[in-house]
Amino acid sequence: MSGAVISGLSGSPVADRPRLWPVGFLAASVWIGTAAVTALLPDRIEVGRTQELALIALALGGALLLAGLATPWLGTAGQKIRKAGPWLTVLPLALGGWEMATAKLALLPLPFFASPQGLLEVYLEDWPRLGESVLHSLWLLLSGYAIGAAAGFVAGVALGWSRAIGYWVHPVLRLIGPLPATAWLPIAFFAFPTSGSASTFLVALATWFPVTVLTWSGVAGVNKAYYDIARTLGASQTFLVLKVAVPAALPQVFVGLFMGLGASFSVLVVAEMLGVKAGLGWYLQWAQGWAAYGNMYAALLVMALMCSSLVTLLFKGRDRVLAWQKGTVRW
Amino acid sequence: MVSAALSQTPRDPGMAVAIRDASQAFAIEDRTLPVLDRVSLDVQPGEFVALLGPSGCGKSTLLRLLAGLDRPSGGTVLGDGVPITAPDPSRVLVFQDPTLYPWRTVRANVSLGLEAQGLLRRQSHRVQQAIDLVGLTGFESAYPHQLSGGMAQRVALARALVNDPRLLLLDEPLGKLDSLTRLSMQAELVRLWQRSGLTALLVTHDVEEALLLAQRVIVFSPRPARITAELVVDRPYPRHRDDPHLVSLRREALGLLGLET
Ligand SMILES: Nc1ncnc2c1ncn2[C@@H]1O[C@H](COP(=O)(O)OP(=O)(O)OP(=O)(O)O)[C@@H](O)[C@H]1O
Ligand SMILES: [Mg+2]
Repeated sequence: MSGAVISGLSGSPVADRPRLWPVGFLAASVWIGTAAVTALLPDRIEVGRTQELALIALALGGALLLAGLATPWLGTAGQKIRKAGPWLTVLPLALGGWEMATAKLALLPLPFFASPQGLLEVYLEDWPRLGESVLHSLWLLLSGYAIGAAAGFVAGVALGWSRAIGYWVHPVLRLIGPLPATAWLPIAFFAFPTSGSASTFLVALATWFPVTVLTWSGVAGVNKAYYDIARTLGASQTFLVLKVAVPAALPQVFVGLFMGLGASFSVLVVAEMLGVKAGLGWYLQWAQGWAAYGNMYAALLVMALMCSSLVTLLFKGRDRVLAWQKGTVRW
Repeated sequence: MVSAALSQTPRDPGMAVAIRDASQAFAIEDRTLPVLDRVSLDVQPGEFVALLGPSGCGKSTLLRLLAGLDRPSGGTVLGDGVPITAPDPSRVLVFQDPTLYPWRTVRANVSLGLEAQGLLRRQSHRVQQAIDLVGLTGFESAYPHQLSGGMAQRVALARALVNDPRLLLLDEPLGKLDSLTRLSMQAELVRLWQRSGLTALLVTHDVEEALLLAQRVIVFSPRPARITAELVVDRPYPRHRDDPHLVSLRREALGLLGLET
């Protein structure tokens, strides 16, 4: 309670904070309206979970109503919800429009467009398989990404540091690196004992290239005066690499890690579709094969959430490690 | 202060420096640019010598030779009679540009030398003493981008002093300071030098600063640098800028630099 007062005092120049939250009431009424439309209008296309969908919309509307009344007591959480007000109003509108276009009026051709309750049904009924697919994908992605990122980091530092290593690795990097990792797919699947290890290799390869190149350019671009200073203070070669070159190159390394993450997503999906028979890519393929478009959209949404969360995690890590920098890009 | 108060083992406090016919040239595109032209200079252990010369004449280049960062293209550079071939923490250079590590806090920047030599664990108290000495108490956890130019330069000075050097090479270390801080840092430098007995070589543009601090002032010609004159400042410390002896020396030095009014 007192927290709310303090944040109100120390906050923005909004002097008199309104007791109530009008946008919240608007959002709540749109949610409740959508719930009513969903529950009361008859379905043109019969899908089981209409009432559950209406209930969820109603519950969200009710929660927003409470938030609208209680917002002066919610502190910083309340402020975050307030910020999302316009989105929370437009989302139920979009949901209602989607509901009308699919389940209620059947304007969009089936089976290519799923209705909201169709998606809900997938989540409620097929969640074990979806969950397992997510775990498979995550495991493949993270193990491949970790190997690729570690190898890329080491290769990049070595390239930037040692002329001899640069002499041998640079031409290989230039020839092999720009090749899309997916081009290795046919070879990888017969060269590796299992499709799982082949896919891990491909994800690692896709990650490796951008991480290597950017780490290398980061290390090569380190201000030479940094080395002079450390050398006059008695630094060894190891110290120069680990305590000067690497920290100075870290901002670039994170750009490489970010690009590598993007590359690893696309390789992951292709590898799962063509090789491993597990994971979200495989689920998508499978759903398409059975013309289960609801499952496909459900899996796409989960995949989007997974990828976005991983990028968010990476940026959070970067912000923590590079706290000394000012003014970095926000995700 | 730092070194005197902190050195645990007694040893020769200052290093003898001998520069014999040192020349240096850089290759720029296809031509060579001579920067030092057969410079010879002897500095006694514990002496304070100032180097004066026009911009771009080669003063920083000479200090890099003494720090062991570069090798002369001709002649030799000796520290305690031994040729200087590589950097060593007993000879510390305070660079013209502070060049702090932006990813390290003030404390971590000052700790750099002790950390590099593996002494940090045993002697970490020296870090705080050096920070206090340059008047940055309270800024230990600040990052370089949060410091002013003068504060950054003081961090660079603390980073050098914490190593307890026997030869302190100062490349315009007070250049970015405001005149008040500058005066107090000049006094601190003199006290530090007097207590520790280290040998100090100070490059400066400021004739008055050279005369206030140094026992000898070496005047260089424009590039390629040659020694054109040497002024002995035989006055006790602390010195005062309106000391008539210093005033006449200043006139002489300005004349040697071609700036006589
Ligand atoms: N690494 C280098 N490569 C090429 N030329 C250099 C290099 N370092 C210095 N020089 C040249 O040597 C000359 C002397 O440089 P130096 O930095 O020693 O001057 P300085 O006397 O310290 O000048 P200032 O007082 O302006 O700092 C300059 O003309 C500069 O261009
Ligand atoms: Mg210089």
